[in-house]
Amino acid sequence: MPYLDTLNAKFAGAFTTSAFRDNTRVLVSAEKASTVLFPLLKCLKEECGFDFLTELGGIDYLNYPNATDRFCVVYGLTNLATGERVWVKAFVNDPDPELPSAVELWKGADWMEREVYDMYGIRFAGHPDPRRILMPSEYTGHPLRKDYPLRGYGERHNFPTVTRADS
Amino acid sequence: MPLQTATPALDDVAGADAEFLYTLNFGPQHPATHTTLRLILTLDGETIVKAVPDIGYLHSGFEKLGEDLDFNQYVTIVDRMNYISPFANECAWFTTVEKLLGIEITPRCKYLRTILAELARISDHLLCVGAAALDLGALTGFLYAFNAREKIYNVMESASGQRYHPSFARVGGLMADISDDVVVLIRDFVKTFPKVHADIVRLLNRNRIFIDRTKGIGVLSKEDAISGSASGPVARASGVVRDLRKDEPYLAYGELASSFKIVCGKGGDCYNRYLVRMGEMLESWKIIHAAVENLPTGPVNVDLNDKLTIPDKNATYRSIEGLIQHFELFMWNRRWETPVEEVYGANETANGELGFYLVADGSGTAFRARTRPPSFIHFALFPLMMEGHQISDVPAVLGSLNIIAAELDR
Amino acid sequence: MALTNLLPDFLVAPLDYLANMARKNSLWPMPFATACCGIELMATASSRYDIARFGSEAMRFSPRQCDVMIVAGRVAMKMVPVMQRIWLQMPEPKWCISMGACASSGGVFDTYAVVQGIDRFIPVDVYVPGCPPRPEQLIRAVLDLQEKIQRTGTIDAREFASRTAYEGPTALARELGAEEAIISPGDYNTATRLRKPLN
Repeated sequence: MPYLDTLNAKFAGAFTTSAFRDNTRVLVSAEKASTVLFPLLKCLKEECGFDFLTELGGIDYLNYPNATDRFCVVYGLTNLATGERVWVKAFVNDPDPELPSAVELWKGADWMEREVYDMYGIRFAGHPDPRRILMPSEYTGHPLRKDYPLRGYGERHNFPTVTRADS
Repeated sequence: MPLQTATPALDDVAGADAEFLYTLNFGPQHPATHTTLRLILTLDGETIVKAVPDIGYLHSGFEKLGEDLDFNQYVTIVDRMNYISPFANECAWFTTVEKLLGIEITPRCKYLRTILAELARISDHLLCVGAAALDLGALTGFLYAFNAREKIYNVMESASGQRYHPSFARVGGLMADISDDVVVLIRDFVKTFPKVHADIVRLLNRNRIFIDRTKGIGVLSKEDAISGSASGPVARASGVVRDLRKDEPYLAYGELASSFKIVCGKGGDCYNRYLVRMGEMLESWKIIHAAVENLPTGPVNVDLNDKLTIPDKNATYRSIEGLIQHFELFMWNRRWETPVEEVYGANETANGELGFYLVADGSGTAFRARTRPPSFIHFALFPLMMEGHQISDVPAVLGSLNIIAAELDR
Repeated sequence: MALTNLLPDFLVAPLDYLANMARKNSLWPMPFATACCGIELMATASSRYDIARFGSEAMRFSPRQCDVMIVAGRVAMKMVPVMQRIWLQMPEPKWCISMGACASSGGVFDTYAVVQGIDRFIPVDVYVPGCPPRPEQLIRAVLDLQEKIQRTGTIDAREFASRTAYEGPTALARELGAEEAIISPGDYNTATRLRKPLN
């Protein structure tokens, strides 16, 4: 694939690739992610033509078979002219997971990164508005982590009751 | 004339704390916010200086449930995401699951899923256009649209037993094959839909009030649409020519490619999005017409020996193989054997590209089922579209974006 | 009205009867539509099922002008204070219909973010099961509420002042721990089989 040649020329050794069904992936390890990820995404956008950010999601690999790092952020890029897709996976670890933000490259990354922060606690350096987006702002805890239980710790029922006589 | 985004009416706004600016809460409970969206508007008189969306009022933990329920059980949850076109969500979910498991569904199942997905698309666009009309004052359009949707509900009810949230698709096929009554209902819909469409067109397309309230309002330029990851009618109305049904054909769209076209617009304003949706409804009608006339016969589920699909009750109760197969798929420690891999699959739903990023760990339950929600991504573009407009343009723009709160918040 | 305390019962009863008849036949709903049940609520208000036949003509979105709050759809954790504020803004006499499985008990969403039944936080009069309930079920709920108003309503809403007790669900006999999940019906002793906790 032509974009792999461009990437290999610029970032040799900083990433690995894999493929499954029709997804081709570029994997950036946890040590390299903070330095290599943003230039790699910029190169894919500007030089290889992947101008459309389809997806930005987080994954928590706790207890996953053969997992080496805890968290991963997946970037799905599409080349609108040719219809080609590539998946960039950036790994990151506890404590204090942090990645560079992609908001400068694609405006759509804004809210998607906020959601990854809200659900996993992964911070994005350089994000213009790093607040929680789906959970209430006073919520502590990151729900989609594997060690957070499905039913929560009782926050959902922690509200006063209004009886019929109060009005 | 080149596309421009709306420019702020005031050129030297002294920040959002200037004394003449007023903050209005367009709260989570408001008729024009379709269900629970919240906007914090900073106003100068009636002109919007800044619009900040605040979401999460319907966040229900869908993705956490995806890690708890298996592939067939999760279809009930996926239904409830874009709840006005539920079957399309099911198709998207099973496109991904079947890609992961490497299953090729039968031709009849492909055509049936296509027909029901296109019915769901028409249902979604009808509600979007109807609700947009309602917000702008055209109550009759709303009633026409809802009456037409009742016919689609009739089809879904006859096929699956429930008006919507059918939970009709399964891994490797459908819950059950459809009977001839359903085909009769679909043909009846095909016969009567063009009149409904024409009614709504006659009511709204050249209506002076509707045009004044939607033309030039909420312009999304092509660069913003691409940079903001917009897809579906929102992007196509801004000039981004991309539709997964043509670019990456799935289900029966490859075979039916000659019977429909993609509808795109150039202006990127609310009126364009409305016209794109009206056009897409007719194209969907053509797909349904072609598909129902060419419906293949044959089984609707994949071969039982592959141990992927649930056997029908006759086989379950009367043969030992069927019984074993049934247990294999329902016992919580058996289910499917999935590769320890991840895959992304996407469909073109009425709102845009609905995709699922599925991480599997070998068991029959997803390890991570991430949804790529089109409504979430489009609502992030809302502040771009609103600057400089008046407060009464908010319902017009919100209605044209078709934000479904359940898909937005999951 | 303190007047009803002074009047004899044989005068208050016909007043109550007339007030109930007027109120039950003009129940203006406050559609607190959050999710999918909201669409069935809209369908009930449309031409095929037409809830306006039963008096619910005006779906006013301002709580100050409504009689019955129809909570249609799941109520997330973030939305509970909003729902309570809207309930408190409605003037007496007011009633609440909890439409759908999610509003009545949490429905399919037994997760960290969805309240398991709005009757934990606001008082509910009629529950409508279904996911989503058919429009006919919602119309039946409105008719049931009309019957309830006819039987127990008063002209000055004095029947509400005495209901100070919590009317929601009581605690379960055995609460599930945070990490436990019911997998399948199990042995005869516990009737449930629980998945082992994560650690």
